[in-house]
Order: sequence, then structure tokens, then C-alpha cells
Amino acid sequence: MKLLLIAFNQSDADQSGGFIQALGLEADAIILPSQPADAFAASLAEKASGYTHIAAVSSMQSKDAMAYLAGVLDCAMVTDAIGVVSPSSFKRPIFAGSMIATVETEGQVVITFRPSGFAKVDGVAAAAFDTTSPSKAIVTNEAKRGTGRPDLGSAKIVVSGGRPLKTADQFEAVIGGFADSMGAAVGATRAAVDSGIAPNELQVGQTGKVVAPDLYIAAGISGSTQHMAGIKDSKLIVAINTDANAPIFEAADLGLVGDLYQVLPELQNLLKQ
Amino acid sequence: MKVLVPIKRVVDPYAKVRPLADGSGVDTTGAKFEINPFDEIAVEEAVRQKEKGAVTEIVVVSIGSSASEEQLRKALAIGADRAILVETDAVLDSPGVASLLKEVVEAEQPQIVMMGKQATDDDSNQAGQMLAAKLGWGQATFAAKVELGSNATVVRETDTGEQTVTLAYPCLITTDLRLNEPRYVALPGIIKARSKPLEKRAPSVIPAAMTKVVSVELPASRPAGRKVASVEELAAAIKERGAL
Repeated sequence: MKLLLIAFNQSDADQSGGFIQALGLEADAIILPSQPADAFAASLAEKASGYTHIAAVSSMQSKDAMAYLAGVLDCAMVTDAIGVVSPSSFKRPIFAGSMIATVETEGQVVITFRPSGFAKVDGVAAAAFDTTSPSKAIVTNEAKRGTGRPDLGSAKIVVSGGRPLKTADQFEAVIGGFADSMGAAVGATRAAVDSGIAPNELQVGQTGKVVAPDLYIAAGISGSTQHMAGIKDSKLIVAINTDANAPIFEAADLGLVGDLYQVLPELQNLLKQ
Repeated sequence: MKVLVPIKRVVDPYAKVRPLADGSGVDTTGAKFEINPFDEIAVEEAVRQKEKGAVTEIVVVSIGSSASEEQLRKALAIGADRAILVETDAVLDSPGVASLLKEVVEAEQPQIVMMGKQATDDDSNQAGQMLAAKLGWGQATFAAKVELGSNATVVRETDTGEQTVTLAYPCLITTDLRLNEPRYVALPGIIKARSKPLEKRAPSVIPAAMTKVVSVELPASRPAGRKVASVEELAAAIKERGAL
């Protein structure tokens, strides 16, 4: 048995050590350029056929591409693994994280895994794999809204805001400003995204991104079930809300009843000390 | 242009479900079942495209027991033209679903397959991509906007923003949350849709499952938290927990 670890960027490689250790197999790691799923699968199919396990960090990109590859290889797939029981048995969340399933696999398997489920150990050195292939999908526009902030999925600290931020400018100034001072990623509730305060890709929750940082700060977030499903694996959840009865306080490790406009700047200063 | 929309019958995503007492699976006793919400978005999108004149026929398909008829009827009420139930009680994994859907695609010859990005029960996010791979089609996953002309132009959500892709037909599109908000269909609409055709087929072969759920458990619960009285106390507690 042998693992092929696929990194779509350096951050993936840096976060893969824990999974590789848990799987306990000999591993090769490659890093490859971004390409549509069909091209990705065509480029890799031959190489991948030499491995029993093909794995990548969970992301929208890896789900798009790795499931296509599993289709080409006609093999099993495990999405969002958070634990390894054996090389043919994995734990993964189902029903938006409200339950954990143990899944047994038969034969070759493609895996996407959440690094938060595994030990933090050194990353893996990934060799460049530059094969590209033609795709049936022609990319005509790429709008990257990245602001140089850490990626939500891998950030150690995430600061999220909800609808009380009222406007996109305020959201950016208050939540974005705090995040930048802490080197944190920015997240948002579905309500904030739906009301245009925050862009789509920042949505955290059952229908958005699942995060598991060391520190999750929820500012002006009531704590809907669907939001909580996306943050409950965070190591420390801090809630700041003016409503003492907000459900977020039931799930938060540390809660402070207060106005985020006052609390966040003070907290920023105190944490810097 | 013909669109095929595969839909899955799932437990109401807002219902509280728990593992069975013996941990062998999920307890769905008394639960309501719905069309997987992401699939319902795909049905709605196909219907809107038909209303715009870009689509001429919408076929919905589900794989499962006869209970899935309920969800197919609802899809017909939303505006699909006819329905196919591939009837089986077999427990299928995503590769198996993709294999059975491939048979339906080969029989129906749609120009587009449109389906949810994932089902809200197993959260696998695999079947669409695997189907595209088995068909050798191009795909656009996580669709936020779809325009159907001489090609399909899809704005898709990515980890960092948005990407626009153009695909020749046939192609496969998986739908994400923001593509549309499905219309409400009242009971009379569902009853009226009873006159639309629903055909039952048996799968030619039951694909062997390559993944099998052997147990289900609740996640480790979080220890109870506490409220702090001041920002100072909060900052001190965050530092003390070593979270920075």
C-alpha cells in the first residue's frame, strides 16, 4: 500500500503531515498547477493508478477534482475524513457534522481530509508535477477576492461577523481590521452573506465552509444551528453578542455580553500586549 | 435542449436526527423526507431555464425505493415534464449512483445533467463529478449562475472567489446554494402534477458498494463554556488557553 498525496498549493502540503502520519503508509507527495477537474484527472490517472491511496486536503477545488479522478479510476472515495481507523476505515462527518460515520472502503481509495482532524506535525515536501491536459471546460474569468488574508479553512484564528455589521464597509473595517491585526481569516454568517454585507466565499456553516481554527471569534453572531455546524470543531470558541440569550453562548467556551464595536478594538489592544 | 435532473430523497435537513441505539446507522424514525435541497435548486434552475426558452424538456430521475415517488412528484409540481424512478432497495455509494445514472443518461441523451453539489444526508459531494467522469463530460461544480446558449456558461464558486467557465454540450453542472431560491409549491400543484408521467425502471445490475458505513456515532460534545464579565477577563482567558 502506498499513498499519493496531492497538494493544490503549498498550504495543502504544509497541512498534510498529520494525515500522512495517521495513515501510516509510505507516501509520495506532489504539487500541481490548477486545472479543471477533467484535465486534472487526465493528467493524473496514469500516475495515480500506481497507488492504493490518493489523498488531498478538503477544499472546493479538491472535491471538484478528486471526485472526478475517483470516477475515472472507478474506485472508492471518502470525503472530509477526520480520522483514520485503518488504511481501509475512516471517520467522517455526516448530516452537516451532527454525526460521525465510520466508513470502510474496498480497494483503491481517493480521500479528501480535514487537517483539523489530525495531529499538527511538520508538512510534507511535495515535488512539482507539471503535467497538464486539455479540458472541456474553458475558464473565461477568474475573480479572486483574496485580500492576502489567511485561508478560512487553514487559518489558526478566524474572526466572523454577522448581520449587526449592517454594511459591507463596516464589516470590512471592523471584522477585517481586527482580523488583520491578528493575522486571522475572516468569516461571515449566511445572513451576512445573503444581505450582501460579506462575499460568498466567507460564509461559515453547514452550507458554507467548515472551519476548525485554534481560536474562533464570533462577533454579533446569534449562533444558528447551521452556523454552529461549521465551527464546532474549533479549539476555542469566543462569542461576543449584545443579546445575553443568544444561542451562541451555549456553544461558546468564552462568552462576553457586549457591543462588538466596543469590545473588538479593546480586545485587539489587550491581545497584542 | 433536454435537461436531466437527478434528485435524492433525504431526511429533512432541519430535522434532528440521531444514531440508532446500536450505532449501526442513522435513526430516521418519524422523520420527514424531502428532495435534497441542492437537488431542488437544480430542478428550479432547469424550470427557470425552460421558462426562459433555453430548455425544452426536463426529466427528473431518482434512484431508490418507491418512497422516492413522493420527491419525484414534487419535482414534477415544480415544473419538470416527466420522472423516472430507478427502483431498488439496495444501499448504494456514490460510484454506484453514478453508474446507474450513467445508464439513464445513455438512454435519455440529455444535453445537460444538472444536480445538487451534495446531498445533505451523507455530505459526500461525489456523485456528480463521478458521473461526469464516467461519461467523459466536462463539468462545472458549485454553480452560482447558469446561462444556456450555444454553450453553457457557468459562474462557479471557488475557495477564493468566483470562476466563469464555458462548456460545450453535453455537460454536467452541480448546483450550489446561491443559484436560486426554489419556488414554493402548494398541495394543489402537487396533486395536479399527478397527471405527469412517472416511469419505473429496474436497474440492469446493482453495482457493488466500494464504501460502506459500518457505524454512526455522535461527535464528542464540547465542554460547557462560561461567560466572562469584561474584555480584560476575556483577553486573559484567551491567552491562558494558549489559543493565540
